[in-house]
Amino acid sequence: MAKIPVNIDGKSLEVESGKTILEVCKANDIEILTMCHLEGLGDIGACRLCLVEIEGINKLLPACTTKVAPNQVIKTKTEKLKKYQKITTELFFAERNHVCAVCVVNGNCELQDLGYKVGMTRVRFPYLFPKCEVDTSHPWYVMDHNRCILCTRCVRVCGEVEGSYNWGVMKRGVAARIISDFNTPWGESITCTSCSKCVNACPTGAIWPKAVVQGQFKKNPKMITELVEKRKMHL
Amino acid sequence: MKKKKLILEAELSKTDPRVKMLMVKIKKENYRPDALIEILHTAQNSFGYLPMNVLRFISKEMKVPPSRIYSTVTFYHFFSLKSKGEHTCLVCTGTACYVKGAQNILDEIEKEFSLKPGQVTADNKFGVQTARCIGACGLAPAVVMDDEVLAKAKAEDIKKIINSRIGAGV
Repeated sequence: MAKIPVNIDGKSLEVESGKTILEVCKANDIEILTMCHLEGLGDIGACRLCLVEIEGINKLLPACTTKVAPNQVIKTKTEKLKKYQKITTELFFAERNHVCAVCVVNGNCELQDLGYKVGMTRVRFPYLFPKCEVDTSHPWYVMDHNRCILCTRCVRVCGEVEGSYNWGVMKRGVAARIISDFNTPWGESITCTSCSKCVNACPTGAIWPKAVVQGQFKKNPKMITELVEKRKMHL
Repeated sequence: MKKKKLILEAELSKTDPRVKMLMVKIKKENYRPDALIEILHTAQNSFGYLPMNVLRFISKEMKVPPSRIYSTVTFYHFFSLKSKGEHTCLVCTGTACYVKGAQNILDEIEKEFSLKPGQVTADNKFGVQTARCIGACGLAPAVVMDDEVLAKAKAEDIKKIINSRIGAGV
């Protein structure tokens, strides 16, 4: 691969062309906040946390889906971006009922960590409190839509890695929900293989195994990254 | 809270002409999963709406995951999972039509048939819908009765028009 010069946060780098800005930043120890990105899965640019400023383009672009181009001047830590990251985080919390005190992943939650990282002290927007269901029909796992942020990591891991396409997203806007099959209860799904990949891919406490108590569950999203790498090796 | 269980409907019969039409379309599109929207269009045209057994049939025939089909159907407003009724009356509630009295027409329909927008009569004969704007602002207030646009509709006449449609049994 051809090497191209780019400038990220004032650092001049020689990077491989065809890589995304996020990949380049990760390789060069430049921190970029992410939520819907999970190493090994396809990126969709849904969470808007990885937005970066590129000189000459007056839009903010998501680092995970934008490819590096020669002589790009990229800024990842401006005041404007920090302000937007804070707003985005607050909007995550405002949409549904993210009550950490009663959540199974309290202390091990990517959303919670993000809140601390951007320095969120309160939510400045009115909470929507939509009516969400808790699906406990599966014998082993629970889907709690109240804690879902619609990052669609479960949807992608189910289709791309497991290949069973149990999860999908229905409707749009505030009415959007993660569904299994034809919006049937998870336990009655004909495609689910109960592989637990979605449980580990989920960044919040939306999908969790039964028989764990508050604050006692730790997810392992790295398992999916490793799985994808191992598969690539043996193909 | 108990989740409302979806009613399992009977399997489709392959001799049903509507199913045959659907199969022709699926074969014409060569079972391509990216032709899903076109196939759903055909299904909705021949069945009037998209019943669950039809969705299950399409999923099985095309080998498209059920979640993908349900996502597509609920994303686009054109597709409907509920029956819209044999005869439909679509009242435009765009700005121009609203100013010209679309609400009066809806009130009149509600008074006469006790139907609110989106509802269907118990015998599935007649259903009412609303649209944001159908692009016929010059004809305000516009009403679409069974795919036929009625220009400058009047609240007083709407009952007669609807009754003649339902009565004609076309």
